[in-house]
Formats: sequence, structure tokens, C-alpha cells
Amino acid sequence: MSVRTLEIDGSTVTALEGQSIFNAAWDSGIHIPRLCHVGGLADPGACRLCLVEIEGQKKLQPSCLTKVSEGMVVRTNTDALKSYRKLIVELLFAERNHVCSVCVLDGACELQDLASALGVDHVRFKPQYPKFEVDISHARFGLDPNRCILCTRCVRVCDEIEGAHTWDVAGRGRNSRVILDLDEPWGESESCTGCGKCVQLCPTGALFLKDKTVAEMRKDRSFLRYIVTAREKKLWIST
Amino acid sequence: MNAESLKPERVAEHDRQKGLADRIMCCSVAGCLSAGAGAVRAAIEREVDAQGKSAAIEVCGTGCMGLCSRGPLVRSAAADLVYTDVKPEDAGAIVGHDRSKFENRLLDSDHPFYAGQRRIILANSGRTDPERIADYICQGGYQALLRAVTELTPETILSEVKKSGLRGRGGAGYPTGLKWELVGRNSSPVKYVVCNADEGDPGAFMNRSVLEGDPHRVLEGMAIAGCAVGAQQGYIYARGESPLAIARIKTAIEQARREGLIGGRIFDSSFQFQIDLRIGAGAYVCGEETALIASIEGKRGQPVPRPPYPPEAGLWGRPTLINNVETFANIPTIIEMGGELFSAIGAPASPGTKVFALAGRVERTGLVEVPIGTSLRTILFDIGGGVPAGHEFKAAQTGGPAGGCIPAQYLDLPMDYDSLSRIGTMMGSGGLIVMDSSSCMVDLARFFMEFCMDESCGKCIPCRAGTVQLHEILRRMTRGEGRESDFGLLEDLSGLLKETSLCGLGLAAPNPILSTLRHFRNEYDAHVRERRCPAGHCQIPAAQEHAA
Repeated sequence: MSVRTLEIDGSTVTALEGQSIFNAAWDSGIHIPRLCHVGGLADPGACRLCLVEIEGQKKLQPSCLTKVSEGMVVRTNTDALKSYRKLIVELLFAERNHVCSVCVLDGACELQDLASALGVDHVRFKPQYPKFEVDISHARFGLDPNRCILCTRCVRVCDEIEGAHTWDVAGRGRNSRVILDLDEPWGESESCTGCGKCVQLCPTGALFLKDKTVAEMRKDRSFLRYIVTAREKKLWIST
Repeated sequence: MNAESLKPERVAEHDRQKGLADRIMCCSVAGCLSAGAGAVRAAIEREVDAQGKSAAIEVCGTGCMGLCSRGPLVRSAAADLVYTDVKPEDAGAIVGHDRSKFENRLLDSDHPFYAGQRRIILANSGRTDPERIADYICQGGYQALLRAVTELTPETILSEVKKSGLRGRGGAGYPTGLKWELVGRNSSPVKYVVCNADEGDPGAFMNRSVLEGDPHRVLEGMAIAGCAVGAQQGYIYARGESPLAIARIKTAIEQARREGLIGGRIFDSSFQFQIDLRIGAGAYVCGEETALIASIEGKRGQPVPRPPYPPEAGLWGRPTLINNVETFANIPTIIEMGGELFSAIGAPASPGTKVFALAGRVERTGLVEVPIGTSLRTILFDIGGGVPAGHEFKAAQTGGPAGGCIPAQYLDLPMDYDSLSRIGTMMGSGGLIVMDSSSCMVDLARFFMEFCMDESCGKCIPCRAGTVQLHEILRRMTRGEGRESDFGLLEDLSGLLKETSLCGLGLAAPNPILSTLRHFRNEYDAHVRERRCPAGHCQIPAAQEHAA
């Protein structure tokens, strides 16, 4: 596989042909903010946080979906990009009920971390306070759509890795929400295998473990790499 | 049907029509039907029967004659006259050619409404029965397809379309020939042609009327496109909300199939082309090409990031040509008259005609077709008859929720793609909503933002959450609760949507705000600083006026 050399934020970076800008940047220590992207899953390009400027291109491009090319000059952290990212996070906070002080994931939430990294210290928009129903019909897991940011990681991991496709999105616009099967309670879902991948990948407290209370939950992301690479690394063969 | 039988069929239908004493053509598209055209047609049919003239006088349906505000419209082919505001009791006068009953209710081709128009797309509307393929063939229909299949090569068809300078009529104005070439050049053995009939702008009904009034023209255009780019399958993606258009397309496809004009071995050549109908469930975003493709594939109608563009990887990952209804409807004419001759119509950089749906505060509302480059003044005042008496023209909105407004000082601006984008609006698909002194521009922006908020698919955050907040700010303003800081928020959010949204819906959603801010900033100031609506349209509580 051939190597491409490009410039990201002023430093020269080498990347593999076909690699995304996002991954190339990550490998060289430049962490572009994102909420929908998870390594190992298909990228929907939906959160718009990883948009970058590419010299010679008029439009901002999602770095998760844009492949590197030789001599490319990329800027990931301009003032304009920073202000867009702040606005997007502000919009997310106003959109649903992200009240950290009563959330299981307080202290380990990707949205919370992103907000503090970007310096979002207040929200200028009118909070929408939606009243979605919480689903705690499953024995171990719970779903609170009021904390959901619609990154669709649960939908993708369930479809692409677990192969169950229990999750999908219903409704549109502000009324979009993730549903199980044909909008059935989690506890009655026939396709759900109870593997819990969706819960572990969810960036916020929208999907949570039922035995955890405020700020008690921590999500384990390492398992996904394990599952995706186990076969090629022959991890199930005991030596 | 083969190459030899098209002409005899044409002649036979021509002779049949010549043998009739009159053809009474009742408008049978949605506008007039909802005004009672069905009862009118039934009354005329009864009258013809009662007078025993059913052999000599044919009563049939036809496409849109344009002046929808004066419907139901009925046209007498023998007298070449259009009767307006027809009621069932007028049947006797129409059958008996008694004009005295129609004092102010007659339109001839010299009437100002028709005089300024040039009808290419709508040429058959009002002159043929959309449910009879013989009628279309009689007007020279499928002649262009015959020529394309038997005389021209894909390369020469492409070069004719390129020479014509035709630009996409869906709104963005991308050169049609270039798009065709991109698909044609692709070496994939399977390609698709898709007709985007998911017309959803508020107040726009151009595509629906074309499909309801002259569906074969679109089928013919698609088949020629298939021949040019090397596709064997076409899809028409229509809105579920236009049941009549769907019914007419179905009828037309069936007839064309039976005549062998679509299907296998068209005109005994090796060219085969199928057309199937796909019906959307009524999401505005499905007019966006990648969302439309997802919807045809049976997936959730959501856009995906481009590139890859559909000409490279579209429907089921195959190269796909997507054009608007009106773009395809232009193709038969281009092949018939040749690209060069066609390019002389309209404006040099935007040849051809454009159909506009005239709506809002204007005397004559309906469907008009003018050469591109015609001034707004001609369209509104000569053809449309101006704004209602006692009011003053304020602005016209083009491009629907993705477009902007044209204020009075630009009345003489030629309506073409480039001039319109220079003043911050766009040609759009043809919606033209007229506003006068009684219309509030802040409320107009709020209306369109509400539309975008409801139609946002919810996939990307800027559009999903940003439209909600933009609407909230505008709603505040129209209630007299706006704040000075709201101007900054409007600007920030509009910038965010324009730069970071995933698809055209979000990218263009702030346009009505930016355009009204540019031309009518004083109205915003009045709402926020003086807590009053200059047009007297917004309900601002009096108590707050005092407080301000």
C-alpha cells in the first residue's frame, strides 16, 4: 500500500493511501472533535463536528469521509471551525435535556467532555425541554431519548457488528428518535440479543445500565476493537 | 410500434380531429378540478348528448391552461377560445358557441395573459388529452425519440443537448449536457435515469401540472436520455400527495409500453428502456438527489454526503442521471429543433423557457411559461395583471424555502439563473410568490423557516437543531418579543447552516432570512426595536408596544 504525504495544521503527516483525514490526523496526534464517528463503523458524516478546511476547496469537508491525497493542505482548528463546533454543541444542549447533574454518565460523557474542551460555558438558545418517554422495560438496559444526540452509533453497531439491526431511527427533524424493532419496548424486542454494544458505544447517558446511579457509569469502548479484530488476531485460539 | 407506423398513426388522429365540428377541452388538472371542473365536464357531455351532437363534438380533458385563479377553464378548439369561471349552467352556451354569455370570461391568444408567454413545456397543455397517447403523437410526439433512436448516435444526442445550453430546471441550474456526459462517459454496464418529480416548494405546482397535463413529453425525454447515456431503466420519483399526477403517469407508461415506445426493441432497434414509477411518502428532503436515491432503494429518505455524486455512484451504487421533470420535458423539443436553434430562445447564458407558478398577491395566479430572461415586471404586471387594486408591490419570492426575495427596485431585472443569484436569490424550480404592502417580510422568513424545521430529516445537527432555533428567534420577533441580541444569533446560526449542513436543505434554509435581512432590514428593526409590524400583519400585543 502506498504512502501519501500531506500537511495537517502546519505539520507534515504521512498517511496510507485510502485513509481518512480524520484517521491520519489522529495517528499523528491531532484529535479532531467528533460525535458520530467510531472507528470500525461506517461513517454517516452527520455530526458535522469533524469538518475541516482543505486548501483549494470552497466547502468544508467531513474529515471522517474525506480521503487523504498527496500534497493536501488541511486545517482542522481555524477560528471559524472552532466557532462552528461551539455552536453545534450549544445547539445540542438546547435541543434535549442534557442535565449533567442528574445523569449516570456525569464525568464520563463525550458531549460533556467536548463542551468543556471547546469552551462552551453557556447556551444562548432557548431550551426545548422535550418530553420523550424513558424506556426501562429491559432487564439490564435503559433508554432515555431526552439525552440522545442522534449520533446513530447504536443503530450502526447493532447492524454492522452484532448483525441484529434492532435499532433504527423513526420520525424526522426535531422529532427523530431511535427505536427498537417496529417501535417496541426494549424488554419485548425479539431481535435484541442483549449484547450491550449499543449501551457501551453511546456517547451520552441516553443508553445506560440500569444498576448505575448518578455519575456512576463508565463506558467500555475497548471491546469494539476486540470484537472487530479478534478474528484476524486469532484471539479465540487458546495457546 | 415501428418507425413506419408512427406517421400513419399521427395522420389518422389528425384526420379524426379535423373531422370533428369541435373539441371541447375541459381542464382536468388539480387546480380546476378542485374548482368544480368535473361537474362542468359532465354538464357539457350531457348537453352534447342532449343536442345529439356526440358524433361531431368531442368532450375531453386536457392539461393546464394557466389561468388557475379563473378556473374551471374550458377551451373550444374550433373557436380557439378559452372560457373562464365556467359553471355547469354554461354548458349550453359553450356547445352552441354563444359568446354573449361570456362577456369578461373569454381568453383568446392575444389576451395579455397569453401574449407575453412562450409555451414549449406547456405547448400541449390545453390542446391535447393527457390520457390519450394518440393525441400526443398527433402533436408530433415521440418523433424526437424516433429520431434519437434511428438517426442519431448517443454522441450526437449529447452534443445537441450540450449545444442547447439547457440548464437543470430543478433549481440549481447545472448544465444538463455536462451531467449527461458524466453519466454517458462512465463505463458501467448498468446505469439509471431518474426523473425527480418530488416537487415540494410551497406554492409551486409546475412539475405536477406538466405530469398531469402532458406526461408523455416527460417519458419521451427520459427515453431519449436513456438512449444518450446508455441506461436501460428509468424511474419517475413522484410525490404521494399528487394522486392525479401518479394516475396520469401510470396511464401514460401503460400506453407507451403497449405501443412499444418504451420497453424492449424500441422502433425495432436494439435500444431498450423501461420506465417505472416510484412514489414518495411526502418528505421535502427526498427532492435532494441522494435522499431520493435512498428512498427509491427502500431506505429511510435521508441524504448522504457527496462525493460520490450520482453520475459516479447513484442508485444501487450505479451511475445515475437525475433530472427534474421540466428538464426532461425540454428534451424532445431540443432534439426536434436542434440544440443550436433552441439556444437562441431565452437568455444567452440560460437558454430556453421557464415555467413559473404565479401565486400570492397578484391578480391572475396560475401557471405561466416565459423565455428565460423575461423581466419580473413583464411576468407580474403584463401577464399576471399586477397586485390587487389599492396595494403596492413589495417583493416576490423565488426558489421557495431555499430561495430569496426580489424587492421592487429589481422589477426590471431579467429572470435568469445568474442575475437572480447576484441579488441573493435563485431561480429555483419555478415558484413565484408575490407579496404586496400587506405582507410582512419577517413573518415570511418565519414561515419558510417553519417549513424547513418540519421538513429537516434530522440527520445532521446544524439543520435539525439550527432550524428549530432560527424559527424560535423569528417567532419571537413576530410576536414583539425579539431582542437586540437576536440579530447576532440569526447571523451566527445562518452562517453555521450555510457552511456546515449536510445537504441542500440545510445549506439553503437560511436564504429567506438572509435575503429579507438584506432588503428589508427596516422591517426587522421595527419588530424588535419599536415592537410594531409595518405591514400590520403580525399580532403584537398593545401592552408591549407601550412597554417599548
